[in-house]
Amino acid sequence: MASNTASSSAAAAGSADSSRRNSKRPKYSKFTQQELPACKPILTPGWVILTFLIVSVIFIPLGVVSLFASQDVVEIVDRYDNECIPLSARANKVAYIQGAGDKSCIRTLNITKRMKQPIYVYYQLENFYQNHRRYVKSRSDSQLRSVNNENQIGACKPEDDVGGQPIVPCGLIAWSLFNDTYTLSRNSQHLAVNKKGIAWDSDKDHKFGKNVFPKNFQKGNLTGGARLNPNISLSEQEDLIVWMRTAALPTFRKLYGKIESDLEVGETIQVTLQNNYNTYSFSGKKKLVLSTTSWLGGKNDFLGIAYLTVGGICFFLALAFTVMYLVKPRRLGDPTYLSWNRIPGGR
Amino acid sequence: MAGGRIRSKLKLSLLYTFGCLRPTTVEGQEPQPIQGPGFSRTVFCNQPHMHKKKPLRYRSNYVSTTRYNLITFFPKSLYEQFHRAANLYFLVAAILSVFPLSPFNKWSMIAPLVFVVGLSMMKEALEDWRRFMQDVKINARKTCVHKSGGVFRQRKWKKISVGDIVKVEKDEFFPADLLLLSSSYEDGICYVETMNLDGETNLKVKRSLEVSLPLDEDESFKNFMATIKCEDPNPNLYTFVGNLEYERQTFPLDPSQILLRDSKLRNTTYVYGVVVFTGHDTKVMQNSTKSPSKRSRIERTMDYIIYTLLVLLILISCISSSGFAWETEFHMPKMWYLRPDAPENLTNPPSPIYAGVVHLITALLLYGYLIPISLYVSIEVVKVWQASFINQDLHMYDDESGVPAQARTSNLNEELGQVHTILSDKTGTLTCNQMDFLKCSIAGTSYGVRSSEVELAAAKQIAVDLEEHGEISSTPQSQTKVFGTWDSSRTQEIEVEGGDNNYHTPRAPIKGFGFEDIRLMNGNWLRESQPNDILQFFRILAICHTAIPELNEETGKYTYEAESPDEASFLAAAREFGFEFFKRTQSSVFIRERFSGSGQIIEREYKVLNLLEFTSKRKRMTVIVRDEEGQILLLCKGADSIIFDRLAKNGKTYLGPTTKHLTEYGEAGLRTLALAYRKLDEDEYTAWNSEFSKAKTSIGSDRDELLETGADMIEKELILIGATAVEDKLQKGVPQCIDKLAQAGLKLWVLTGDKMETAINIGFACSLLRQGMRQICITSINPDGVSQDSKRVVKENILNQLTKAVQMVKLEKDPHAAFALIIDGKTLTYALEDDMKYQFLALAVDCASVICCRVSPKQKALVTRLVKEGTGKTTLAIGDGANDVGMIQEADIGVGISGVEGMQAVMASDFSIAQFRFLERLLVVHGHWCYKRIAQMICYFFYKNIAFGLTLFYFEAFTGFSGQSVYNDYYLLLFNVFLTSLPVIALGVFEQDVSSEICLQFPALYQQGTKNLFFDWSRILGWMCNGVYASLVIFFLNIGIIYSQAFRKGGQTADMDAVGTTMYTCIIWAVNVQIALTMSHFTWIQHVLIWGSIGLWYLFLALYGMMPPSLSGNIYRIFDEILAPAPIYWMATLLVTVAAVLPYVAHISFQRFLNPLDHHIIQEIKYYKRDVEDARLWTRERTKAREKTKIGFTARVDAKIRHLRSKLNKKQSNLSHFSAQDAMSPRSL
Repeated sequence: MASNTASSSAAAAGSADSSRRNSKRPKYSKFTQQELPACKPILTPGWVILTFLIVSVIFIPLGVVSLFASQDVVEIVDRYDNECIPLSARANKVAYIQGAGDKSCIRTLNITKRMKQPIYVYYQLENFYQNHRRYVKSRSDSQLRSVNNENQIGACKPEDDVGGQPIVPCGLIAWSLFNDTYTLSRNSQHLAVNKKGIAWDSDKDHKFGKNVFPKNFQKGNLTGGARLNPNISLSEQEDLIVWMRTAALPTFRKLYGKIESDLEVGETIQVTLQNNYNTYSFSGKKKLVLSTTSWLGGKNDFLGIAYLTVGGICFFLALAFTVMYLVKPRRLGDPTYLSWNRIPGGR
Repeated sequence: MAGGRIRSKLKLSLLYTFGCLRPTTVEGQEPQPIQGPGFSRTVFCNQPHMHKKKPLRYRSNYVSTTRYNLITFFPKSLYEQFHRAANLYFLVAAILSVFPLSPFNKWSMIAPLVFVVGLSMMKEALEDWRRFMQDVKINARKTCVHKSGGVFRQRKWKKISVGDIVKVEKDEFFPADLLLLSSSYEDGICYVETMNLDGETNLKVKRSLEVSLPLDEDESFKNFMATIKCEDPNPNLYTFVGNLEYERQTFPLDPSQILLRDSKLRNTTYVYGVVVFTGHDTKVMQNSTKSPSKRSRIERTMDYIIYTLLVLLILISCISSSGFAWETEFHMPKMWYLRPDAPENLTNPPSPIYAGVVHLITALLLYGYLIPISLYVSIEVVKVWQASFINQDLHMYDDESGVPAQARTSNLNEELGQVHTILSDKTGTLTCNQMDFLKCSIAGTSYGVRSSEVELAAAKQIAVDLEEHGEISSTPQSQTKVFGTWDSSRTQEIEVEGGDNNYHTPRAPIKGFGFEDIRLMNGNWLRESQPNDILQFFRILAICHTAIPELNEETGKYTYEAESPDEASFLAAAREFGFEFFKRTQSSVFIRERFSGSGQIIEREYKVLNLLEFTSKRKRMTVIVRDEEGQILLLCKGADSIIFDRLAKNGKTYLGPTTKHLTEYGEAGLRTLALAYRKLDEDEYTAWNSEFSKAKTSIGSDRDELLETGADMIEKELILIGATAVEDKLQKGVPQCIDKLAQAGLKLWVLTGDKMETAINIGFACSLLRQGMRQICITSINPDGVSQDSKRVVKENILNQLTKAVQMVKLEKDPHAAFALIIDGKTLTYALEDDMKYQFLALAVDCASVICCRVSPKQKALVTRLVKEGTGKTTLAIGDGANDVGMIQEADIGVGISGVEGMQAVMASDFSIAQFRFLERLLVVHGHWCYKRIAQMICYFFYKNIAFGLTLFYFEAFTGFSGQSVYNDYYLLLFNVFLTSLPVIALGVFEQDVSSEICLQFPALYQQGTKNLFFDWSRILGWMCNGVYASLVIFFLNIGIIYSQAFRKGGQTADMDAVGTTMYTCIIWAVNVQIALTMSHFTWIQHVLIWGSIGLWYLFLALYGMMPPSLSGNIYRIFDEILAPAPIYWMATLLVTVAAVLPYVAHISFQRFLNPLDHHIIQEIKYYKRDVEDARLWTRERTKAREKTKIGFTARVDAKIRHLRSKLNKKQSNLSHFSAQDAMSPRSL
């Protein structure tokens, strides 16, 4: 059949008188005749077993490595939302947190494993829907970028303006900026927490203007979270920049700062914190996290376990397939498996 | 014109003893009372100006078959578009997306909709434009119209109006429905070919009224005036009621004076007629039906999938919105950071119920990815591509006519792969409507060495099968040996025959004459043993007919205008044998006899005394002539059974051998007639003639009967001389094609307007019938009257026959027994009635082949509908003429043969091919591919959108059901448009499970489509589950991997965009790897598109991230700064991709291993080149790879071999002699 094509097309080209009649003749090309050279891989048992084996051979070490990386990370998590309310105020935490007065609180963290610098300080909020659609939309990127756009506050309602003056930065995200503060000390010595370099460079350089300064911020009738120093440009306000990157899940951590010295085993860290942020209304938890990182990031065994599982399954499949192949081999291309050979009583 | 008149001096009506010699006037008949509703039309002949104003202003002759015009196009086609449920859904979605409720950019909803609707509308417009151009062409045809003062001028058809006098010349179409006034023949008859109306190829005679006969010149119309009062336009082709008022007299009109538009004037130089119905009032236009829009089975199933998904969509939207309502009621007030005290209008409504309801719309839009509009775009694009492959296939291009195959609608491509029953027209589809004189048997000797196509095809098949059967039947040693000798002799014979054929081809083919035998040519017959009988035989051929000779000026040879093509072939044969019929007068036939090669020519005149014409009832034709010696001869040709009954005792000399030859010819698919003659005494003749003349002039209802008994009296005591075998030339490759289609498991029904004998003959020629097959003929008894009672009797009789036949089929034990059902149109009218049709269908389904003859176009459509609805399987109707339009439109797929005849069938069809044989490739290759492609494509499409859409839903649960999407708007937009659409289109356009050669070699593979293996619900649900699984894996693995901890060495935690982008990367990988696993055929295109899509995603991400943040927003530098340096991003991609496709890979590996499908095995054989190494295995499987079939010549060969073998078993003793002898001749097949 295939060889016909060439010859018939050649024959047609030869006859001159039929050229007019043949004007409708389709042009021959491998493409239009669907004869393009193609590779037609098929799943032979060999390939199947090999593929499964290769996958398991790659995945199981990767899983082990990932698990080790995760195990290497030292993480100290301290939930303080409940503890930092005086016992007397625990009956009505919301009133306490909304009330005036000193809300400082001291927490002690014990280092049980050596932590090499840099040690990252995070705050973790739970049950806080930073990903709520209303919340996510409530910002104005152009306003953050350039002082000229400070009136672009369309999306920011209800935190868009105060008495007709635009709020910079506007919107619910900025308004609800996290405002607990942590002061760390080790052996009564101040332990510096570097709050620079916690935001993405691209954010600092391009998304938050150097000449954009907070304006009318938290001046409305309701005060949300932190206040901003109106004299520091937004690009320098890294806390805000980190906060403005909304988290995907209602449980999230955000970088607070970095400790740039090692912490040794047995040391105790005293954290003096200002418990300002209201998570009590919506029963959210607050946690302080100190963590080192590995090449994979923070502590999470999930990736390693998942790799091991998938690798294991593949190994099992390879094994099962091999066994099946040995027990009940089917010769490839064995015509007895063709349907017309299988019909009982067929031809 | 003058020439025409001279030739027509011959009064043809004399030839038509029965048909035309009616009492000349219509004395007995009163003019019909023409009044009341339905009979309001008045036509003022030759005064078209009278029809310029109302109420006589009738429709113009402009014919439009278009659906739209410039003004109505937009409203009408928009209505059509949004009539489809899916489009309406998308329209609603697009409208909703304009409101701020929408989670997406409104353009991402509107643009694709505009694209899809625009594309479909453009397609509509293009098709309508084609129709319009066709109309323009027809409307611009010209014909001669009377201007004034006896002057005729050419005028375009569309300008013709009612009342015009037109003059139509030979071989022209009638521009409108005309009343015949006069013709070039003196007695005002003309011949009309109504092929386009009813598919019948024989010419019909129309007669003008006596009173208008003198109007036979242009001048005579100078002052002609008359009025026609007649019925209103109606679709009934065979009735006409009206009166002609002319010269203050009223004459009744009947259908025989009406020339219908779309029929053709034949054998008549010109006619004059007056236009009665124009344009859409004409009967043929009234008959036309709007072509229905067809949808394929897969598309209909797809609707159900969409409904399923719609339910799923509504379900998860409801979950979302009630979740949102719940959140709004119980949690929102506590989330101070959302400022519940200052709720927004739509997104955070104050009351939870209101919130829930409003959110439902948001959710419906958000999860709209489950039912993507791009699915429709992609399917549309793929089908257009597939159609263009069909159009461009060189294997379906007909070199002779220069016509390629054409997919006229692209939305039925995949349906081609699921056909179960083919309903085929005969003339012009299976046959070329050309008869070739191929063989004859004279005086007990068979002449003619050429084989019919059927024989050749069967011989080829034997050659292929020989090894097979030789090998297989290796049970007892002796048998093998016998078969061995039998084989070799057979093969030799085939070779000899094949060689013979090639050797003789240089002779220019003569139309109607395919005979080849040196013993009879060039006067050699004089040296045969019975030259006198041979002479007599040739004379019968040359004299016994009703044809008119016509001199071809160029070649100097005569061609013949005959009523039927077989008659023309007889005359051609007679001419080639040296008996050239060259002249016919009213009373005589003139023959030039050339007895030998010497060129000695004698002109002989035979006076035609009587002509007893052929009717389907009589099945014979007789002429009584007086030769130059005064001898009266009765020459007769007719069906063998009829002739054999009428033989004289001494006329049976050759009965034995002739019968044997006739059986052979019949088996070879040839159309046979027996020839006989009788010498009459003068006295005997005179006595009979006076009797017969009386009958001829009698008036009354019994006239026909009298004539028939009269004819019967003389047509007896015949002397059999021989028989002719004419090949109703099948179109090229038809038997092979039917054989292959049968092997592919397709059933073939032949629906023909021809008479039963012809149909049965063709049945043999196409191997739909064979010797040994049980023919079940269902016929109706002749009712005595037309009363209700007799109708009941007829029905009961037919029902009885049906029940009996069903019983017989049921009781048949032999697995090889085959039945053929043959039914004629009249019986069919009863059988198609509601109370009987299912019995009929049940019987027909059990029969191996079904032939319906004498069926009207309407019945063709009804049968098609019965099969379509009764069996619920896909039907394909194929035909070439206007009479097939009904069934073409009715069937699931209509295929038109774009042959020589009119374009109606093609215009109504969904696919058009130049030759029937291309049907094989269209179905077995393109149909198979398209079916698999579309099925896989749709399954995959749903998979990918479920996998993607559900991740949006899961994420909702983590956002308080607020309607936030984890992905950037652009990701959402790009997903269906760029990043996953091209590979799926590649799958739909280029996928080939097996190559085209293998499709053709293993027709059984076609059954995968008919059985719908690739688009049944288990498969669809399997794919959906795979999609759900993939979505779960993609979402939850990603969430697990990037939880709250830092995701990079730098301690940063992931924000929503980082999570979204990672997840999206995984989706892109997973769905593209999935499609790569689905495909089995990779050209560079697939590689480029699949891996390119993945590459494109990274490219997009990188480039988009480079854009200034005012454009890219949160995506700014996300790839190069945030994700790419994080190993976890890459590790997540790898893990999730592998995990997402793992079950599929395991499934296909195990399925392929344990329960391989046919194409798997064939792929493997090909892959390991086992077909090359073990050619025997390959051939063996090829021969076995057919569905069990009882039709086709392969089945015929098998039956023959079975037959032989059973004989062998019986006669073990002296079998070698017998089988060798029997098998020597392929004709015995």
